Amino acid sequence: MSTTSKRNVVIIGNGMVGHHLVEQLVENGALAQMNVTVFGEERHRAYDRVHLSEYFKGRDAEALALCDADYYASHGVTFNSSEAVVSIDRVEKTVSTERGHYAYDHLVLATGSYPFVPPIPGNDREGCLVYRTLDDLDAIRDAAQSAATGVVVGGGLLGLEAANALRGLNLETAVIEFAPRLMPMQVDAEGGELLREKIEALGVQVLTERATQRIEDGEASRHRMVFQDDKILETDLIVFSAGIRPRDQLARECGLEVGERGGVVINDQCQTSDPAILAIGEVALWSKSIFGLVAPGYQMAKTALSTLTGGDTSFAGADMSTKLKLLGVDVGSIGDAHGNQNPGARMFRYLDPLTQIYRKMVVSSDGKKLLGAMLVGDNSVYDTLLQYYANGIELPKEPASLILPQSGAAPALGPDALPETAMICSCHNVTKASICAAIDAGASDLGAVKSDTRASTGCGGCASLLKSVVDHELAARGVAVDKSICEHFQHTRQELYDIVRVEGIKTFSELIEKHGASGTHHLGCDICKPAVGSILASCFNEPITDAAHIPLQDTNDTFMANMQKNGTYSVVPRIAGGEITPDKLVVLGQVAQKYGLYSKITGGQRIDLFGARLEDLPDIWGELIAAGFETGHAYGKSLRTVKSCVGSTWCRYGVQDSVGMAIKLENRYKGLRAPHKIKFGVSGCTRECAEAQSKDIGIIATENGWNLYVCGNGGMRPRHAELFATDLDDEALYRTIDRFLMFYVRTADRLQRTSVWRENLEGGLNYLKEVILDDSLGMGKELERQMQTVVDNYQCEWAGAISDPDKLKRFRSYVNDSRPNPSIIMTSERGQLRPA
Amino acid sequence: MTATAMKHAPFTQSRKAPTGQKLCSRTDLVAFSGVAAWLETSQGAKQIALFYLPGHERELYAIDHHDPFSNANVIAHGIVGDIKGATVVASPLYKQHFRLEDGQCLEDESVKLPTWKVSFKGADVWIEG
Ligand SMILES: Cc1cc2nc3c(=O)[nH]c(=O)nc-3n(C[C@H](O)[C@H](O)[C@H](O)COP(=O)(O)OP(=O)(O)OC[C@H]3O[C@@H](n4cnc5c(N)ncnc54)[C@H](O)[C@@H]3O)c2cc1C
Ligand code: SF4
Repeated sequence: MSTTSKRNVVIIGNGMVGHHLVEQLVENGALAQMNVTVFGEERHRAYDRVHLSEYFKGRDAEALALCDADYYASHGVTFNSSEAVVSIDRVEKTVSTERGHYAYDHLVLATGSYPFVPPIPGNDREGCLVYRTLDDLDAIRDAAQSAATGVVVGGGLLGLEAANALRGLNLETAVIEFAPRLMPMQVDAEGGELLREKIEALGVQVLTERATQRIEDGEASRHRMVFQDDKILETDLIVFSAGIRPRDQLARECGLEVGERGGVVINDQCQTSDPAILAIGEVALWSKSIFGLVAPGYQMAKTALSTLTGGDTSFAGADMSTKLKLLGVDVGSIGDAHGNQNPGARMFRYLDPLTQIYRKMVVSSDGKKLLGAMLVGDNSVYDTLLQYYANGIELPKEPASLILPQSGAAPALGPDALPETAMICSCHNVTKASICAAIDAGASDLGAVKSDTRASTGCGGCASLLKSVVDHELAARGVAVDKSICEHFQHTRQELYDIVRVEGIKTFSELIEKHGASGTHHLGCDICKPAVGSILASCFNEPITDAAHIPLQDTNDTFMANMQKNGTYSVVPRIAGGEITPDKLVVLGQVAQKYGLYSKITGGQRIDLFGARLEDLPDIWGELIAAGFETGHAYGKSLRTVKSCVGSTWCRYGVQDSVGMAIKLENRYKGLRAPHKIKFGVSGCTRECAEAQSKDIGIIATENGWNLYVCGNGGMRPRHAELFATDLDDEALYRTIDRFLMFYVRTADRLQRTSVWRENLEGGLNYLKEVILDDSLGMGKELERQMQTVVDNYQCEWAGAISDPDKLKRFRSYVNDSRPNPSIIMTSERGQLRPA
Repeated sequence: MTATAMKHAPFTQSRKAPTGQKLCSRTDLVAFSGVAAWLETSQGAKQIALFYLPGHERELYAIDHHDPFSNANVIAHGIVGDIKGATVVASPLYKQHFRLEDGQCLEDESVKLPTWKVSFKGADVWIEG
């Protein structure tokens, strides 16, 4: 290998920040100049620690992973997992592991931190655990199986998250905090009291001002915790979450400068006291501060990239403001939240004991600048306050108005008031200026801005702020953010849907009569007519071949077949779940032979017959229907296929009958017309042979039922479906899909797949879960009813058409002559016909 | 979709059929939509699209069935509508709009489909000579 000219860069630690550095190196083409070797002590490759708790909700290690399994190898980065570095030799410039010695030119420490376990006698008993890694969570899950109660030591941010997890594992849970209140770093006494009430209301016991003296054998439970006042608490499982400490041992041992209270000292270039060694992430100490959040870590990774490649980016500190939902309770903390770093600062407080909301602002002595803020119970004003704080925007004359309840919406700071430098997405370091630049370069909607800038694709906290900035900037550029569907209706698709449903309007002419925009001939157009046709079908499911609906349909829907480029049509009968009898297969072959149709197996596990002439369609369908087939809706914006694997009936791994379920689902939702096509997949076990996670609706069998994934997509912009609900039984699965699909049908834009709809949905997946699973809008039953109407009114459109002479008249190529379309010319290729 | 139109040998607009011809009857038409028909011309048979808008100021239109952008005979199967005041049909393949009145393509000034004069004579549809 001609490695001589390349420098060796060794990265110790494959956590979130270490991985981000590799990504940066890859994206910036730095690998051309260096060989990169990564050592990770954990057995997993880098995963999303921020969302670690979702592991207990069914997101497995693979789903939490920050990159594909072959990412490192495919970019030529050497990755050694389960291999901890045990020492650094700065003179020889080598690192050592148990397996060998490795030379470096540059070394990067990205070792993160470890959970601090207070030195209490008995803290190493079995069942005394911590909450930091996937392996920790496995250990907690195992221990919880034989436990009834759990205690978390530490009532900070991570402690509360751990408490939530224990609760989710069905343990009776308590939190013990040494300080007089919960989250002492983020909230004051009032806020802490409110937080305690809210958390106790969830059934989690909160014990403050408790110092554990020792842990010993319990009587009723596995352990007994003895406190300073000799009071005791018995429990089966203990999770320590008493803060984190930087993993700086390697650095200490090789003589690098470390802080008094730990942390490897770095300069603005992320260099340690040895310029050949950098440190980034939670292990690094910059200007006497450790940054225990991922965003500053990513900034350091970018700085490290620059330092390694001779750039001049420097790290200039980071804002530690945070907004969280802990145990369902909003908590926000901005800047100097306690007001103890700014002498002379003034405090504004608002406390509503009824709705349990607490807000506090720390304002400069002249009343003009926001120095910090603290929110408990409601984060709706967080974004606005953060912008005042981060950009030094002058406060309104009565600053209190910002935290007092408003009759209308929260007093948002208009996007125009934000300076160009305003940080909109701190995960990916996207400013208002970069958003404007993306728009000027051609991004013309929210989705485009997101994919161009990566804004709001990290923690997602900035979603609503981003949307308002994008809307505002588009409007400012005269890009009409006019949501009217077309010139005939000054309404969005969703508004039209609501009008149709509420007023019971059943035809296009009635709708345009009553609600059409003035100044048109009320004929509609190729935008609004199919959209309304689809809405009417979603609401009432009358045959689209009825006289009133025919003019609304795209050609494909009119002729219930897909027009191909030479004016012929394709025929796709439904083959539910991909299961077909030999008899039916024979019929398909005979029909194809008789009408000279090119035959191909589709990706959706059915058979597509191409090249049918318009006038032959009724005869073709007559034969297919006689053999028991029905329309496959391949032409419609509607349910296409439910792909399935062979499942437990034949496969030795299968845990459920995936084919049976696929057939049931396909038969339930066939004929549902939607804003765009919908595909399903059902796999019989986690091996996922049906590729369900690339579908709008993906279902994967578990030992206990079905896991439901939603909003996946293949095609041009692939997107993994997201886990939505776990271990559903059959009935719960139907109910959840009923609600989900109807909510999509109601609220999506025309021609918007579920994946794009989901990406544009304000509030994201959590909002969707609230609406569908928790029924937060109280519309669950109604959605189910609407779906039942669609299901009950299903009829095969083709069966209806061939039995109605009036409808059949449509299928003549010419009204005054039966001669076929002469411009359709076929040739033969690989034994079949194809367009010439 | 960026299909470019096959430029036609210039048909004169509203070219006259040799004599008046009966094309079909009213019941063959589909309200607010199109059907295709054959028209005998001096230069041979031609496929045309008939659109029927009952209750509108002008109820009947005849326009070339051939779509110059896709080079397929499909215009009769497009969706009828009105765009900025003009009554139009949208090509079902690549969605360009053609004015029914005079065949003008709204997206491409240089493309214009031939049109014919049609009217009802009793229950029949006649193309005028
Ligand atoms: C439950 C939980 C919730 C969180 N929530 C948030 C949040 O909402 N927002 C937020 O901003 N932050 C959150 N954080 C913090 C965030 O996860 C960290 O800031 C971030 O992971 C730090 O990244 P890092 O790469 O510096 O450290 P880590 O992610 O800890 O990675 C360090 C890696 O280095 C490995 N390592 C250590 N020593 C060696 C060695 N000698 N040899 C080889 N490998 C070694 C470790 O095993 C580890 O895998 C949360 C953390 C947890 C645990
Ligand atoms: S997903 Fe599981 S059950 Fe289905 S075929 Fe694959 S291994 Fe078998």
